Amino acid sequence: MQQCNLQTINITRNAVGRKTREMLVIALLLACSLVAVLTTAGIITSLAFEAFRFFQEVSLFDFLFGLEWSPQTALRSDQVGSSGSFGAIPLITGTLLISAIAMAVATPLGLLSAIYLAEYASNPARAIIKPLLELLAGIPTVVYGFFAALVIAPMLRNTGETFGFVISSESALAAGLTMGVMIIPLVSSLSDDVINAVPQTLRDASYGLGATQAETIKQVIFPAAIPGIAGSLLLATSRAIGETMIVVMAAGLAANLTANPFEAVTTVTVQIATLLTGDQEFDSAKTLSAFALGLLLFIITLCLNVVSLKIVDRYKEQYD
Amino acid sequence: MTDHIDIISVDGSARHRAQKRFKSYGLLAIGLSLTFLFIMVGSIVLRGSSAFKQSFVQIKIELSADAIDADNIKRVRFGKLLKQSLRNKFPEATSRKDKKQLYKLVSPTAEYSVRKQVEANPTLIGTSAKLWVRTSSDVDMYLKGYVDANLDESKRRLSDLQLEWISLLQRENKIESRFNTKFFTGGDSREPEQAGVLGAVIGSALSLLVCFMLSFPLGVLAAVYLEEFAPKNRLSRIIEVNINNLAAVPSIVFGLLGLAIFLNFFGLPRSTPMVGGMVLALMTLPTIIIASRTSVRAVPSSIREAAMGIGANKVQTTFHHVVPLAMPGMLTGSIIGMAQALGETAPLLMIGMVAFIVDVPQGITDAATALPVQIFLWADSPERGFLEKTSAAIMVLLAFLIVMNLVAIILRRRFEQRW
Repeated sequence: MQQCNLQTINITRNAVGRKTREMLVIALLLACSLVAVLTTAGIITSLAFEAFRFFQEVSLFDFLFGLEWSPQTALRSDQVGSSGSFGAIPLITGTLLISAIAMAVATPLGLLSAIYLAEYASNPARAIIKPLLELLAGIPTVVYGFFAALVIAPMLRNTGETFGFVISSESALAAGLTMGVMIIPLVSSLSDDVINAVPQTLRDASYGLGATQAETIKQVIFPAAIPGIAGSLLLATSRAIGETMIVVMAAGLAANLTANPFEAVTTVTVQIATLLTGDQEFDSAKTLSAFALGLLLFIITLCLNVVSLKIVDRYKEQYD
Repeated sequence: MTDHIDIISVDGSARHRAQKRFKSYGLLAIGLSLTFLFIMVGSIVLRGSSAFKQSFVQIKIELSADAIDADNIKRVRFGKLLKQSLRNKFPEATSRKDKKQLYKLVSPTAEYSVRKQVEANPTLIGTSAKLWVRTSSDVDMYLKGYVDANLDESKRRLSDLQLEWISLLQRENKIESRFNTKFFTGGDSREPEQAGVLGAVIGSALSLLVCFMLSFPLGVLAAVYLEEFAPKNRLSRIIEVNINNLAAVPSIVFGLLGLAIFLNFFGLPRSTPMVGGMVLALMTLPTIIIASRTSVRAVPSSIREAAMGIGANKVQTTFHHVVPLAMPGMLTGSIIGMAQALGETAPLLMIGMVAFIVDVPQGITDAATALPVQIFLWADSPERGFLEKTSAAIMVLLAFLIVMNLVAIILRRRFEQRW
């Protein structure tokens, strides 16, 4: 009897301790999940702070709408080009050009692969092909960069020569094509999910009307999946815009304002990487400009991500 | 009536053809992507496999006892002895220019190798020893068939005279191709024949260790909070949206964060695996959280109800029952996250892990480089010899990635539970 009483006391006493302990544990867990929020806050404040210092030296208008990018600031003030010019337009157009080429490769190849995998492939075939495609996504980008610089670029230049036109050895085309292949698995796996989310009833109804599989895909499934596919393409674009190593190794350094894919262009990420690699003094406009570019990159990709995640979510709800 | 049937059948075969065509487009797309994959991997393996071999040349070297002070081997000038032996071997090299060419047959680091061999075997002193040393990178490249001997002399890195010497040495069986252990046991070097990946591999391993120690507990606990404890309020929604967005932030932005906050604000040491690991941890955190949440969600509620039923509270239920059951899934997700982090280059460039570092790092606060960064650095080097080294380093990197992914797959197969 006495034993029993003691036990009860123990439990009640423990229960008080348990409550506070539980609160402590939950507080710890909350703190851990807040690290993600802190990271975002850290990114925004650090980029904004350094960019603000940059905009004290170079006006925001010049940065956003300037047509010339040459961040070399001379050692002495009386040298030629001592001020450097920080117009981001050539970088933005370069980034967009390469991303556009990449998407032109990845969209058809990724979408068609996804359609084949989702609608045609037998289960065993799917079990082999899918991991193989995902292998493409698992290969580090530095490997793609090396391959682009070593194989793709010379191949393009030689092809150009045989047809009599000049393709620069650091052309936007080489970087874009390689990047496109890198994004194929992203497009295909996202679209695969989207296509699989289209309800079976739609397919059955279409087959019931006598449509072939191809017709069903083109006229029923594809239109139904369009919003989701658009979302995944946006996500892939954001990935292309933020990609660094391929362009650092295969695209150029000189900022050219051109839409010609055979010429060398440079991108936002290339400039960030080259400005901040190696020794730098931290207070020059040259190094600070990298943070302004970083902020620009962050804002662009964030907008694309937010929009695409919204689209994909809404699309999923539609069929849930 | 017959007209109609005709129309339908004609139409039908056209539609059938369209169907087949469409299907073949899909196959074509997959085929193209996989072809690219195979060409890429194949060309790297083709170029890289020769880097696992290195040519050695045998040199008869007079280690006379008067020239070598056995107690003070560090101060012996083996370079001079080596050059002397080369001149003995090929006495026809008399002019300054010819001698210079002669010395260039062996690696500039050969004298250190001679010293090491003498140190390891002091009985050699006083004899004329036949020692094997590395050939220079140019000779190595020629022996591996990367230099076209039919090219005009001015267009290749080896002169006719040097080629003559090489073929003489070959005829005398004094040139040998051996497994290049240095590639796996050495740090970086300016000389391609001397460069190894060990420093970079250790740098990567240390960074990943820091990354795992930070991101795994943080990620798992955050996932547990979001799945088991988070009230449905604004804060939880903000955290959730945040994690999803963070997963899609370009990696170079994390590098900028590391540079501005860890290096400039907190003043942590530059170029170290510690800072590299911290940056990579922030980057892989979303991946781990998302994978861990899926795995927590997969634990059936009957487990929770059973624990609650015998008097466990929420915290006990979660940590005694849900988390252990979800652990294999969480580990699998983390290994995949680590594999991504291992291949990541751009953020490490920002925090200065691109320096030329010869020594193998000993701890997380030593300056180091990482395997993908080493690949980037070698890919930038103009020497022909580094081309095969780059490809070989890529093979090493891919091997590590394959191993990590295999471990993840095995873990999943072994511990995956269907509820």
